[in-house]
Amino acid sequence: MSAAVIVRGVDKIFDTKSGHVTALSAVDLDVAPGEFVSLIGPSGCGKSTLMRLIADLETPTAGTVEVFGTSAHQARVDQRYGIAFQQAGLLPWRTVSANIALPLELSGMARAEVRQRVDELIALVGLGDFGDRFPDQLSGGMQQRVAIARALAKKPQLLLMDEPFGALDEMTREYMQTELLRIAAETGAAVVFVTHSIPEAVYLSDRVVVMSPRPGRIAEVVPMSLGSTGSRADDLREDGSFFEMITAVREALHGGTHAVAPRGVENR
Amino acid sequence: MSDAATLLAPPRRRRAGQGARLKAASYGLLGIIALAVAWELYKWLGPADGLLIGDVRVLPRTSDLAMPHIWDMAGRLFEPVTRAEGARVLWLEIVIAAGLTLGIAAVGWVVGVIVGIGLALIMQRWILAESALLPWIVLSQTVPLIAFAPLVKSWGSRIEIGAFEWQDWMSVAVIASYLAFFPVAVGALKGLQAPDRIHRELLHTYSARWWPTMVHLRLPSAVPFLLPALRLAAANAVVGAVVAEVSTGLQGGIGRLVIQYAGQASGDPAKAWAPIFGAIALGLIAAGSVALLGLLVKDYRRTEGEA
Repeated sequence: MSAAVIVRGVDKIFDTKSGHVTALSAVDLDVAPGEFVSLIGPSGCGKSTLMRLIADLETPTAGTVEVFGTSAHQARVDQRYGIAFQQAGLLPWRTVSANIALPLELSGMARAEVRQRVDELIALVGLGDFGDRFPDQLSGGMQQRVAIARALAKKPQLLLMDEPFGALDEMTREYMQTELLRIAAETGAAVVFVTHSIPEAVYLSDRVVVMSPRPGRIAEVVPMSLGSTGSRADDLREDGSFFEMITAVREALHGGTHAVAPRGVENR
Repeated sequence: MSDAATLLAPPRRRRAGQGARLKAASYGLLGIIALAVAWELYKWLGPADGLLIGDVRVLPRTSDLAMPHIWDMAGRLFEPVTRAEGARVLWLEIVIAAGLTLGIAAVGWVVGVIVGIGLALIMQRWILAESALLPWIVLSQTVPLIAFAPLVKSWGSRIEIGAFEWQDWMSVAVIASYLAFFPVAVGALKGLQAPDRIHRELLHTYSARWWPTMVHLRLPSAVPFLLPALRLAAANAVVGAVVAEVSTGLQGGIGRLVIQYAGQASGDPAKAWAPIFGAIALGLIAAGSVALLGLLVKDYRRTEGEA
């Protein structure tokens, strides 16, 4: 199977009133099928822009973006990926079920089939009895869970997530991270995850892509030697290897040399 | 589930309870009573010939001719229209006339809504259409209706297609629709342009084209903008119909009665107020019917809600 995402030599320059802004410069990135990759960096480093390029919500100024061996544009048209943003972005007049059903209805799936798939998804994200609720009757964590279910509706092999837990409180956030790992493992989807939280990136990822601003570029890619993402659980957050990885990412973020070699394996 | 507790709390109240609704209704009633009291107080205390500063009368006369008592106006409704044998009771005459006007206004409203939403769809679809059409739509409302109405009537009288023959009431409906389409076009356009970027991008990632995006996103999010526009259009249609009846000389409607009874006011001052009350009731009925329409689409008035 071809790589989930291949980004080669991508520049992105925005034309603004105050002149050209280089959001991304010479970015290369590969994401393997089923791999969990986080993009982390300070604001203005272009991490969201990189995700939006993969999603074909922006087009690169130079370079190429391939998703599952086709152009990003074709991948969007074929709906090879699911997407979730910082706001859940649910349609307020649709119930939970109807929100999850939207991408399925739009692709012309038969009604009975839609209902069956929606039930599966509701179970997958643990929304149980809330299918008939409206978004304004749900908490933020619940809304975000609906958004994830919606992103997974068409069984994409790639999930693009732009700070999906950014607006949640810490407790809900940690809970949702573990849920996301379970869901990603169950569906086998690759994930490109934009965040500005170091522990979140470390906990979730196979690799953490550290980006730096002005111009936005990839500073370093830090592999996480913490075991497969599907097997991680909350006790990892108190494990020494977890803190080593946090240190490694933090140093990469602060422009330090790659001081800590990945040696979490021995610690486990 | 860590957030189950917040979930199981009852949903936030979106609608006012029974008590609040009663309170609003009683305030409304209070306003009407206050108006009636002010009328009678002025009539009682004000100078009989009004107040003149130089040649300008700044306060009206308080005579029974200029300002009949509230109870005279109300009582007049239950007397016959004329002294002629077999004349209808006045309120019935008003109701029948109001019914005719309401029917014409309703036709005008429907036409106006269709035209308004159609224009909004075109303007949303093509930015060029928006810049080309919107100024004309605004300008259209500055044309004085009185000048415009006889023209519509004379154009209409030339229309004759097969068995179809232009009726005078249709001219009135066209003029009502001319006033009704404006708030709909402007409100619908604003509503269609209202969806958040996140929702538009979401539909874009589903590769949804213009029409599915319209049906699943833009039209539903236009509902909260559309409802007040439709209500305004209903009131406009009634005003348009009444004025057009007067200026095209259509018989049988409330507009005609306003003019006719005003002419008899010197002999029967209370009678002239009856069609005015009728016109007010008409506006309320029209706007109220649209409010009922709002109940049908109440789910589209939900907001995403803060977490």
